[in-house]
Amino acid sequence: MMYTEKVIEHFRHPHNQGKLPDYSAVGKVGNIVCGDVMWLYIKVDVDEQGREVISDISWETFGCTAAIATSSMVSDLAKGKTIEEAIAITNKDVADELGGLPPVKLHCSALAADALNEAIYNYLTAAGREIPAALERRHAHIADEMERLERRYAAFLESQEEAHKGG
Amino acid sequence: MEPYFAATYGNASSLHAFGRAARKAIEEARAQIGATLGVPPEGIVFTSGATEANNLAIKGLALANPDRRHVITSQIEHHAVLHPCAWLEEQGYEVTYLEVDRFGRVDPAAVRAAIRDDTLLVSVMAGNNEIGTIEPIEEIGGICRERGVPFHTDAVQAYGKIELPLEVIDLLSVSAHKLNGPKGVGFLYVRKGIKLAPLLHGGGHERGLRSGTENTPGIVGLAAAARLAFAEMDETAARLRGYRVRLIEEITKIPGTRLNGHPTDSLPHITNFSFAGIEGESLVMRLDEHGIAASTGSACSSPNLEPSHVLRAIKVPLAMAHGSLRISTGRDTKPEDIETLLSVLPKVVEDLRKISPFKVGE
Repeated sequence: MMYTEKVIEHFRHPHNQGKLPDYSAVGKVGNIVCGDVMWLYIKVDVDEQGREVISDISWETFGCTAAIATSSMVSDLAKGKTIEEAIAITNKDVADELGGLPPVKLHCSALAADALNEAIYNYLTAAGREIPAALERRHAHIADEMERLERRYAAFLESQEEAHKGG
Repeated sequence: MEPYFAATYGNASSLHAFGRAARKAIEEARAQIGATLGVPPEGIVFTSGATEANNLAIKGLALANPDRRHVITSQIEHHAVLHPCAWLEEQGYEVTYLEVDRFGRVDPAAVRAAIRDDTLLVSVMAGNNEIGTIEPIEEIGGICRERGVPFHTDAVQAYGKIELPLEVIDLLSVSAHKLNGPKGVGFLYVRKGIKLAPLLHGGGHERGLRSGTENTPGIVGLAAAARLAFAEMDETAARLRGYRVRLIEEITKIPGTRLNGHPTDSLPHITNFSFAGIEGESLVMRLDEHGIAASTGSACSSPNLEPSHVLRAIKVPLAMAHGSLRISTGRDTKPEDIETLLSVLPKVVEDLRKISPFKVGE
């Protein structure tokens, strides 16, 4: 398992870590079964031009080196961006900015982008605003993915139980 | 070991003086290793390591005894035992994977109950590589002897670390690198009278059980490592047990921590903990920054992203299984190394818990 210097740097000294006291919305993704859980908090303010901007961002993550580094990186990428700009941030952006991730860890960058997506989705939903189609699609996809993990979690627990029913 | 890479380069099968020197070195190594176990040297079959030794024991026995179609093993074996067993299943064999108690111990009564008329083999490891738990192999081997079933033990972690009950063991696998020896060499002990079919056919080396020119430097290195390990076994074990007691005493003071494995009935050099709310790979990486090399059974460290089968078998709750840490000590571990770990670990755990959404005690 080889991590880039950039991944190690973000892992050692993560940026924007913690829980914002006055966040506008939170995106919660991941599942304990795969060992990665990411909660991403955003604070949204209106700037001088009247645009909604992610003025502050933070996160709490249970996960491996890559999960912590991608949390840190996505928060860097989204901070100060308008909602429209932040929606456009992809998992590839996160992985690329880190100089790449080992193939088995690519799902961590997906998790980070998903957490941002969900935080924005929840912000817009709570504000009673129209959800852009692309965001809605990604939200539906993430929800499916979470459900799939829940099912896998259930199957996993079942298999664990079965494994213990004597030989 | 070094002369056999260059100065004494002969092929041990050759007649010339260089070949004879290599042959002599190998046979001396065989005698020395036999002596560590109190078994005849002819029982020692050199292999490329314990994976090959386990494969030779399990598949070699199956091939030589085609009428017996049932194997008994445990859920917490190394993959080098589990996967040959799974392969046998694909060939139509039945395999019983015995469950273990919360410490990781196989119940000898369960072995007795599982043995059938067509049982080919019972394979239970001497000591577990992840959690350190020692298996009751003397009792299990005794039951096998009584029932006339060959007993194999994967002794990779136990050989040179603890006493082994050779009188009830028919097949035993060892790897040199777990003894501070060279990588890529090991052996299978085969009791006289146990019939195995070779997996490698060719020049008929190792009494026909393992063809292929002998790895002379590796074998000489293995014997040297074994001699050293056995010469100091009791002293080393006592020292490492002392470290283990200290590790358990101090580390379990960290809130949300559990010891995985048995508190006392354990190999001296392996201790395994789980920390709630954090993930093992991060923990290993943070410790690495402090020059401490440890390992984890967490899902993130495995290609299939599921926690280790050993932690699952002892029913470590999933969230805790992700936060596991295996600490291994060795002959060269100093008391100050233990103290360094103990001074660093609580801070690292606290730091990673701050990052985590799962707060311990909430």
